[in-house]
Amino acid sequence: MSYQIGGKSIEHDEEGYLVDIGQWDEDVAKMIAEAEKLPLSDEHWEVIHFLREYYTEYQIAPAIRVLTKALTKKMGEAKGNNKYLYELFPYGPAKQACKIAGLPKPTGCV
Amino acid sequence: MSAESDNSAEPKVKRFMYVNRKAPHGTVYALEVLEMVLISAMFEQDVHIAFLDDGVFQVKKGQNPAVLEMKDFSKTYRALEGYGIEKVFIEKESMEERGLSADDLIIPVEVIGREELGALMESMDVVLSA
Repeated sequence: MSYQIGGKSIEHDEEGYLVDIGQWDEDVAKMIAEAEKLPLSDEHWEVIHFLREYYTEYQIAPAIRVLTKALTKKMGEAKGNNKYLYELFPYGPAKQACKIAGLPKPTGCV
Repeated sequence: MSAESDNSAEPKVKRFMYVNRKAPHGTVYALEVLEMVLISAMFEQDVHIAFLDDGVFQVKKGQNPAVLEMKDFSKTYRALEGYGIEKVFIEKESMEERGLSADDLIIPVEVIGREELGALMESMDVVLSA
């Protein structure tokens, strides 16, 4: 299974998560978001880039509790809570935000 | 339900220790234990991690497993704090036998002697070793 973008073929698993995180770029993100019928605002991009940075630093996708804690630390409580994240990503930060950011499914996510 | 109310209202928090004894790469044990630890962090238990024998290499700085086509999951140990796991121990003797000191490690850990670690293990409800 793969996404087709600009003549490139980008492999994904059966749930739509990228197989190779290195193949991600913003165009890939836009395409996954489109498939999820989710238009991306600046607020979405903020979370997506935060997840990319987290992954680069720790080599895992954070569990939601850890994500909200880390977001609070960096951007304040208004942006580091479940409600805010679910408003941006209705299917959940794990299922949608990580997928759009090209990350694997979060560790510790049942 | 009456059967449940017979138990104490608070679910008992158990003391868990994950014991790592193997080198980080070459087998899947280190990575699997690490994932188990991260998952267990979600269940609000009293989690401890210990590194001994060749397991001390798991938290050594400057690993480059890319040449083995492996992910550098040593970086993930630095995420433990964010997961609320702060009770991390390394056995002094194992570390010294391998020429390592606390400065060689990727995360701050508590250096603990063999006997003391044994006593700590004794105080756990569950010890998982790999």
